Amino acid sequence: METNNIHHLRRQVANLRQSLFDQGYVDEQFIELEELQDDATPNFVEEVVTLFCKDSARLIHIIDQTLENHPVDFAKLDNYMYQFKGSSSSIGAKKVKTKCTQFMEYCRAENVEGCKRTFQQLKEEYTTLRRKLEIYFQYARQVGPTETASCTQSKSVN
Amino acid sequence: MSLFHVIGFGWNLVLTLCYWFVSLVFSMNGEVMTTKSLLGDGEQIMMKLLEVIAECTFARYTERTAFERPLTSGVAYAVRVLHSERKEFEKQHGWSIKRMDTLEQTPVHKDNEYDRDGLEPSPVQVEYAPVIFAQDTIAHVISVDMLSGKEDRENVLRARESGKGVLTAPFKLLKTNRLGVIKTFAVYKTDLPSNATPNERIQATDGYLGGVLDIESLVEKLLQQLASKQTILVNVYDTTNISHPISMYVSNVSSDGVERVSSLNFGDPFRRHEMRCRFKQKPPWPWLAITTSTGILIIALLIGQIFHATINRIAKVERDYDEMMMLKKRAEDADVAKSQFLATVSHEIRTPMNGVLGMLHMLMDTNLDVTQQDYVSTAQASGKALVSLINEVLDQAKIESGKLELEAVCFDVRATLDEVLSLFSGKSQEKGVELAVYISDKVPNVLIGDPGRFRQIITNLVGNSIKFTEKGHIFVTVHLVEEVIESDEEIKIESLLKSTLSGLPVADKRQSWRSFVCFNQEGSTSFPSSSLDQINLMVSVEDTGVGIPLDAQSRIFTPFMQVGPSIARIHGGTGIGLSISKCLVQLMKGEIGFVSLPKIGSTFTFTAIFTNVCNNWNEKKSQQISNQSNSVSLDFHGMRALIVDPRTVRARVAQYYMKRLGVHTEVVSDLNHGLSYLRTDNGITNMILIEQEVWDTDLGKSSPFVKNLRKINASVSPKLFILANSINSSGAGVSANGFPTPFVIMKPLRASMLAASLQRAMGVGNKGNSTNGELSGLSLSKLLQGRKILIVDDNNVNLRVAAAALKKYGADVVCTDSGKKALTFLQPPHQFDACFMDIQMPEMDGFEATKRIREMESNINSCIQFGQLGPEAYGNVSSWKVPILAMTADVIQATNEECQKCGMDGYVSKPFEAEQLYQEVSRFFHIKPNQNT
Repeated sequence: METNNIHHLRRQVANLRQSLFDQGYVDEQFIELEELQDDATPNFVEEVVTLFCKDSARLIHIIDQTLENHPVDFAKLDNYMYQFKGSSSSIGAKKVKTKCTQFMEYCRAENVEGCKRTFQQLKEEYTTLRRKLEIYFQYARQVGPTETASCTQSKSVN
Repeated sequence: MSLFHVIGFGWNLVLTLCYWFVSLVFSMNGEVMTTKSLLGDGEQIMMKLLEVIAECTFARYTERTAFERPLTSGVAYAVRVLHSERKEFEKQHGWSIKRMDTLEQTPVHKDNEYDRDGLEPSPVQVEYAPVIFAQDTIAHVISVDMLSGKEDRENVLRARESGKGVLTAPFKLLKTNRLGVIKTFAVYKTDLPSNATPNERIQATDGYLGGVLDIESLVEKLLQQLASKQTILVNVYDTTNISHPISMYVSNVSSDGVERVSSLNFGDPFRRHEMRCRFKQKPPWPWLAITTSTGILIIALLIGQIFHATINRIAKVERDYDEMMMLKKRAEDADVAKSQFLATVSHEIRTPMNGVLGMLHMLMDTNLDVTQQDYVSTAQASGKALVSLINEVLDQAKIESGKLELEAVCFDVRATLDEVLSLFSGKSQEKGVELAVYISDKVPNVLIGDPGRFRQIITNLVGNSIKFTEKGHIFVTVHLVEEVIESDEEIKIESLLKSTLSGLPVADKRQSWRSFVCFNQEGSTSFPSSSLDQINLMVSVEDTGVGIPLDAQSRIFTPFMQVGPSIARIHGGTGIGLSISKCLVQLMKGEIGFVSLPKIGSTFTFTAIFTNVCNNWNEKKSQQISNQSNSVSLDFHGMRALIVDPRTVRARVAQYYMKRLGVHTEVVSDLNHGLSYLRTDNGITNMILIEQEVWDTDLGKSSPFVKNLRKINASVSPKLFILANSINSSGAGVSANGFPTPFVIMKPLRASMLAASLQRAMGVGNKGNSTNGELSGLSLSKLLQGRKILIVDDNNVNLRVAAAALKKYGADVVCTDSGKKALTFLQPPHQFDACFMDIQMPEMDGFEATKRIREMESNINSCIQFGQLGPEAYGNVSSWKVPILAMTADVIQATNEECQKCGMDGYVSKPFEAEQLYQEVSRFFHIKPNQNT
């Protein structure tokens, strides 16, 4: 019974993971990350994702503030967004990355409205992704007892 | 606007008409005055004669001079007779003075039919004014007393008092029934001063001269003079009594309209006359003006219409244009969207397909029975086909949406073509089709361009050729464009000799570049010649296949167009390959063309421009690349070979490969010639390459040849090789009397394969050249094992991922998050073997940090060099230069140049790709392979 449950859970985790790919939230880079995970670093993916969440929360906060300033410092924004884009592409957060690119385009065109709009979408994408990853890791932890860290830690920062 | 014109014109017209009218009336008035004065003059002259003339004389005279007074119908003279003189007067004249009393109206007595004798004698009066003389026309008035008539009396009295001519009121002349007036002048006995009193005048009066004026005829005559009687209606009134104007002349045509009133002066101040003129009919339309104005109006309207139409048209065209632009934009958007959709979809399909293929691959490694194995391999083959199809579609989509950019990296043309051959070697051997590549000596070894895309084009063309060729050959030649132009004649002769690779006729490849722009421009200056840095290559792929039907040749480069629907069924493919090839060729600033003869074959030719390797850095790099690919060639350097092949083209291919290996070659056409060459040649021939065709057909000769070969030079026996074309004939080793079987080299020839075959046969030292880059993961581990690497990135996530990736390959990774910290880490002496540096970092970016590190290193190096610092303190390393690789998410952002400029050694994309990482890392790690392990 217990094993059956575990089996069921495993399938659920696999499904969750697959849906992340299917819905385009993450791309191949996420697989790369998973490949980097081995016995030496058993929860590498989750660690990196946690890092990403922390980093993103910080960046979102900063970018929010920068966007409120008058006049808007586009060079700064571009710089922050570059970092955001870098970290998103590192974990393979595809949708977020797309939004980052879009934001940077608006930024280069010095379009404040576009920036704000895109940033709003970016935040939504990010929040969705974070939620999805949280759920995924939650299930994954139940399957693999070794994994502990979670993205939830970053919640308070946001 | 035109309406205003017309109105304005109308105003002018009206004004003009008014002017005409007014001037007419005035001129008429003047005429009347003149006439009057003439009348007066005539009568004054008469007066002088009065006393001396008799009645008949008067009558005759007046009759004769009547033309002078055209307006008077008759003239009469009456004398003043006082009552005291009456008797004597009557006696003197023989008639009594009569009165005109019976009829009140004066004209009655002037009627001819009126019986003068019927009149009563005048009653007794103070004075009388009997007419004594009269013109014949009015002879009946003689003896009539003028003072007896009411009108005449008044007239006479006024005339003599005023001394001026006076007029009666108009009355009807009985005879003519016309209106007339009588003008009366007083005749004085003495000359009176102008200021004489009326009494004096009365006393001095001698008689009265009267003229009957026929007003109607007067006016008519005047009007005739004016010649405008028809058009102008004139009414003349006596307005002495203003309330009852007496009409003197009335035109009988009634007409309404505006009257023009002007007063007439007939010389009698007492009487007032006025003339009222009006147009008899509406003034005639001024046709010229009307026509002109109408014309102008019409023209104006037409012009207006034209303008209107033009403006409408322009507006319409503009609207249409806008609409078209909108549609065009929409179509373009749709096209881009389509391409993007294709790109996205292809990409999305690729991801799961990779999963499927990977799983299949893993499945194949498990224990499977034969059937399962078969299923899996079929599935995998299908999957691979699908992926390649998707890749093609993706390429097409990328090209269409303009996203495809060509790389610019160093590559070895010959190696690239060898790779293509390897790809098709199986298929060509299977089919027994000879596949060969020949690259001209003038083509440099290493070029800068996009090898992947270059290979893709050739692969496409060769793939097509393979598909449609069942026998004969497929021959790929690479030349410089100018070389082809120069040797055009030579090629012609060659083709005349029918000396093709397989001996089968081919389509003349010169036809395939007939349409190329660079050849059509006369003179060699115009085409992009291969200068120092520009290399214009021309690649021809010639086959002896079925050819392309003539009707399908025009759409050969259209995407998804195949020769016929059956083609797809037989040969598969999407029909997208040539279209992609064409796009790629265009991206390489080249042209593609073909010639195809059904049943004979097709030849595709394209040109492409590459950059020559010219600067030092590139040379170094090119050296590396050519070293990699030609590492085997050194083993055969200086050897000599004999090629036995009757067909020059084929022999040249073999020669070309041997030359690449550094082997000197001689070509002979058959074995006998070969023998004679070997006998006469004093040098040592290490190997003899014999075309399979020769070996097979000259079977009778081959064993004696081998025997004789031994005799010539027993000490260093040249190795025999047979260049075989298809698998089935590989059993060529008909071992002749125990002689060693000649080695068989399977075509298509490739440098590496040839070298390997030769090595095997010759036993030349094979020192394990296994670095083929295939196992990049494994090799990476080898390369990176134990290396100490510094990763600089301000982004924690990136840092973590990069570190993990490098750790996976066994590297000892140190992370830092800023350029500044990196400087302290890399301050010599340090233990780092390499540094991976993010380019875009706050405070100090990757370029800046690298520059500083290089400065730092060179300072220390120079110090060590000059002995200022002991090398011991710096780990016995005399020259510090840590390899620094840029990490970048945007490949475009970090071009080679930028990296080079600040002293970086290369760049890797972020996130890492094993292949690329290996390429970059191997550049500086293979130099000291054993140091750290």
